[in-house]
Amino acid sequence: MALISDGRFVEDGWRRLADEEDLPKSGRIIVSLARLPHALEKLTPETSLGVLAPNTTEIDALATALPRLGLISIAFPAFADGRGFSLARLLRSAGFTGELRASGRLLADQYTHALGCGFDAIEIPDDLAARQDETQWRAARDAYSRTYQRGYISRGSILDARRKAAQ
Amino acid sequence: MSVHDLSAAARPNAPTTTYRYDEFDADFVRERVAEFREQVRRRLEGSLTEDEFRPFRLMNGLYLQLHAYMLRVAIPYGTLTARQMRCLADIADRWDRGYGHFTTRQNLQYNWPKLIDTPDILDALADVEMHAIQTSGNCIRNVTADHFAGVAADEIEDPRATAEFLRQWSSLHPEFSFLPRKFKIAVTGATHDRAAILAHDIGLRILKNDAGDIGYQVMVGGGLGRSPFIGKIIRDFLPRADLLAYLEAIMRVYNRYGRRDNKYKARIKILVHEKGIEAIRDAVEKEFASMDRSVFSHDPEEFTRIAAYFAPPPYESLPAVSATLRAARNDNPALDNFVAVNVSPHREPGYAIVTVSLKPIGGIPGDATSAQMRTLADASERFGFGELRVSHEQNIILPHVKQDDLPALWRILDAAGLATANAGLISDIISCPGLDYCSLATARSIPIAQEISKRFSDMSRQRRIGKLGVKISGCINACGHHHIGAIGILGLEKKGQESYQITLGGDPTFSAAIGEIVGPGVGAEQVPDVIEHLVDFYLAEREEKETFIDTWRRVGHARFKDALRREGEDGAYI
Amino acid sequence: MAAFKNPQILLASDLRDGEVMFLGASGWERDHRRARVALDAAAAAELEKIGHAEYASNHVVDVYLTDVEIEPDGVPTPLHYREKMRIKGPSVRRDLGKQATGA
Ligand code: SF4
Repeated sequence: MALISDGRFVEDGWRRLADEEDLPKSGRIIVSLARLPHALEKLTPETSLGVLAPNTTEIDALATALPRLGLISIAFPAFADGRGFSLARLLRSAGFTGELRASGRLLADQYTHALGCGFDAIEIPDDLAARQDETQWRAARDAYSRTYQRGYISRGSILDARRKAAQ
Repeated sequence: MSVHDLSAAARPNAPTTTYRYDEFDADFVRERVAEFREQVRRRLEGSLTEDEFRPFRLMNGLYLQLHAYMLRVAIPYGTLTARQMRCLADIADRWDRGYGHFTTRQNLQYNWPKLIDTPDILDALADVEMHAIQTSGNCIRNVTADHFAGVAADEIEDPRATAEFLRQWSSLHPEFSFLPRKFKIAVTGATHDRAAILAHDIGLRILKNDAGDIGYQVMVGGGLGRSPFIGKIIRDFLPRADLLAYLEAIMRVYNRYGRRDNKYKARIKILVHEKGIEAIRDAVEKEFASMDRSVFSHDPEEFTRIAAYFAPPPYESLPAVSATLRAARNDNPALDNFVAVNVSPHREPGYAIVTVSLKPIGGIPGDATSAQMRTLADASERFGFGELRVSHEQNIILPHVKQDDLPALWRILDAAGLATANAGLISDIISCPGLDYCSLATARSIPIAQEISKRFSDMSRQRRIGKLGVKISGCINACGHHHIGAIGILGLEKKGQESYQITLGGDPTFSAAIGEIVGPGVGAEQVPDVIEHLVDFYLAEREEKETFIDTWRRVGHARFKDALRREGEDGAYI
Repeated sequence: MAAFKNPQILLASDLRDGEVMFLGASGWERDHRRARVALDAAAAAELEKIGHAEYASNHVVDVYLTDVEIEPDGVPTPLHYREKMRIKGPSVRRDLGKQATGA
């Protein structure tokens, strides 16, 4: 897997823990949603916890865990399955400030969407990364100087620019 | 040129009656073109596979059809300026085959563009403040509106301001660009629904409440296609200030819970049908209540900014009835018929709304040559403040013509083959491209339209028959709106042959209804006969002033069915 | 794989311009009369293999086999009305598409 953050391929500081693997004493680990309650219970102070959540996860299922999670990775079963975008948006509205990852066969063309909804990083399989290099991700990130929506993250808001121009 | 014509030519032709891009809109559209140019490049070099590229080309209106690519250009709320229409003509000549097809969603389709030329075409469109953004794909599509917006006598408010407001909000929405399926919104501001809002994923009806505030009745879950549904009311009165927040709540519920396991069950209409409107309403209201609405706090001023563009043009004050027109109608029966059939009342005294039919007898519904587009652009400048509309009936509207100018306009239209006096009549057929162009089609639809049109080529017979909507689709996707045609025709494949299923009683207005099937499918050659029998039966049965649909409602579906059954030689027509 | 019943030809669309093409004896042809005809399942599989490779190398899209009958003059004509349309062009515009240039 390759990880893209701020238009660059970066080292992944987190490790995905298989369900049958023991919880480590320290480090940054990502567990499955099913294992989350158990992991929270057994967590040592030296461990940072992340969770891999299906895109159908209800916010309520994560609500109590949110303050203790350092990362949420939302699975994209297919790149055109946009449920993850809404889930990210909801997690950010619920106050989640840790790292938000989109994991799946996402394309560079979806980078602004992902960033807009509050994702920080995109995790894609290596074969895809081989076809879509950093320059493509950076170009996608910089494709729009301003966008129309309110309350989403972007490089600039057309509404704000208009209000400023009218002053 | 007469004195009268000179004064017409001297009129200001810079349109002020529709939205104009500011620098931010212009930048945005240019950036979209640049992005698409890059996407095409990456596709050709192999960074994107076809499966990956497809959703992105569709989101920019580019399809792969039977013979070539097809580019669908957005005509937001169906409004065009003369300059835009000329640009459409130029593109048709330079990159396509000299014509375009106006669709039931108030868009224009080119049938022969090359993938490699598409970025240049989009740049040419951007020059005149146009684009192809979200004319396809599983995203929020081009927002449609009443084609008589701003000029209809029965209007509470021009719906185009709302449509433009929504166009901007929905453009490249970060959260709602990968929905379970396409999403269509229509707006009307009138008491008659000319935008078929009950057949849309979201229908918005502009209302004024008892306190005099403007808001929206919100309908959700309408749609045609494989399982047709009429939209249901989700909110009786939504204050304007809450419009975007409320729509985001609907979209979020749909994006999260709409079905993704089956393409045919993925529209919001199925979600509404399966969960029930109450459950959907609860989910939407809950989401709406929990949203941070402060981000929408400047929407009222933004709406006002947009609405200002839709100011009425500088009308002259004229007598309500034109003596010039009356005299000309007396002298010229063809003009008289044209005015009687294709001209609608305008809310400004002395003006009229002209429907230019793109349905010549035996022609291809909705097609216009580049020369015709230019004629229409010129005519709109001379006679209509340089503004044109595209109706979902696939016709062109000149929305502000002086009644005094109608004779001169008619002469120009007539010379260009654009004066067919059949608006709303049986030969004003809505037809999708069908198997002549569309790769999804199961049968042809255009030749069926042509044959019916020829069968009823006698215009006086058409006028005797009166208002009658015939709508034809070449497959179950229902782009030709067959479900809501008084007579609907659906092309299917049966035993390796093209076969046509006929429905009766569909209605696109506020009294919306889905047509009922008359019987098993018939072959292409039989369709005109069947239609003729149905029409004859109606003429025999109708009571004073009844339209086809009125008679069908009164007499009942069963008797129309029987009428057909008796006709056949072997005792069964269909 | 469906049982082999009729002779088949391979259709595709040119990625760059969208035009319908047919796999011929040596590469893509824009005229169906020059299409290579598969007379048995093995030959059809061979056509498909070439088609997939061409798809994978981004030359063509929408690649598929279609059943044909062989006319007395040796020309393969699709059996289905949809593909009959594709080898000619729109039936309502005889001046456009392949039919306009004599196909
Ligand atoms: S109804 Fe079917 S055939 Fe007609 S345009 Fe739509 S998808 Fe194509």
